[in-house]
Amino acid sequence: MKVLNIIESAYRATIEEQDDTILWLMHTLKGAGATLDVVLRGDAVGYAACGQDASGLVFGSWQQTEPPRIEQQLGNLVAKGATVYALADDLTARGLAPGELLPGVQALHQPALTGLLPQYDCIWHW
Amino acid sequence: MTSTRPQLAFALMDPPFESARTTTAFRLLAAAAQRGCDLKVFAYEGAVLLPFAKQQAHPNAVHGRSLEEENHPLPKDIVAALIAEAARHGGSLDWINCGLCVDERGAGEAIVGVRRGSPSDFWQMAQNACNTLVIPTRG
Repeated sequence: MKVLNIIESAYRATIEEQDDTILWLMHTLKGAGATLDVVLRGDAVGYAACGQDASGLVFGSWQQTEPPRIEQQLGNLVAKGATVYALADDLTARGLAPGELLPGVQALHQPALTGLLPQYDCIWHW
Repeated sequence: MTSTRPQLAFALMDPPFESARTTTAFRLLAAAAQRGCDLKVFAYEGAVLLPFAKQQAHPNAVHGRSLEEENHPLPKDIVAALIAEAARHGGSLDWINCGLCVDERGAGEAIVGVRRGSPSDFWQMAQNACNTLVIPTRG
């Protein structure tokens, strides 16, 4: 079974969870043998940007020593064989140029997304 | 022996008392339960608190109703009712809470019929199901 995961909800609880929980789920499903790819859309296209840094959070004496490293999380998913797309219009709207994307992330235009959907057994929209 | 009943899988994410999406999910589960389906639910993140056993009803002075009159909806009771409803119609509802999500929320005390699992259980569910619906948290 091949699943396309469209991730739209972004930066939700990433500090508390130290990751994006859907990307985390993708890693665990991959580990369970899943064949899956990812489309980032909306604010989630920001996950594909190079140079993210969420470190430095401090509340009084409490300091977050292990911040979310979404860039690494996404890059590792690509390294595990997942194809990761980011919707081109959403990248443009947020000022992200193709040259600023993580290696392996492909910009995808909306019409191409439509053509992509039939290639999968399931579409999960997160 | 493998069941011939339709099997449907659901992934839920919203915590209780936060989203109408959960009510919609319960409606879908009820409709499928009444048709004798075998239902698989993977509760991820806040949804592991839906069957949390320590939920408590309360009276509501603004409504002018006592505890009994208010009959405050508790998701744990709805989950229990859905499990019973599925069984009554010859199907089943297997509810699995994500174990790590349970731990970080201290939500270990779930109602009878709920078990602990992991995302690999969700993948297994999805592979065996006719279809899978994910109802994620938004925002």
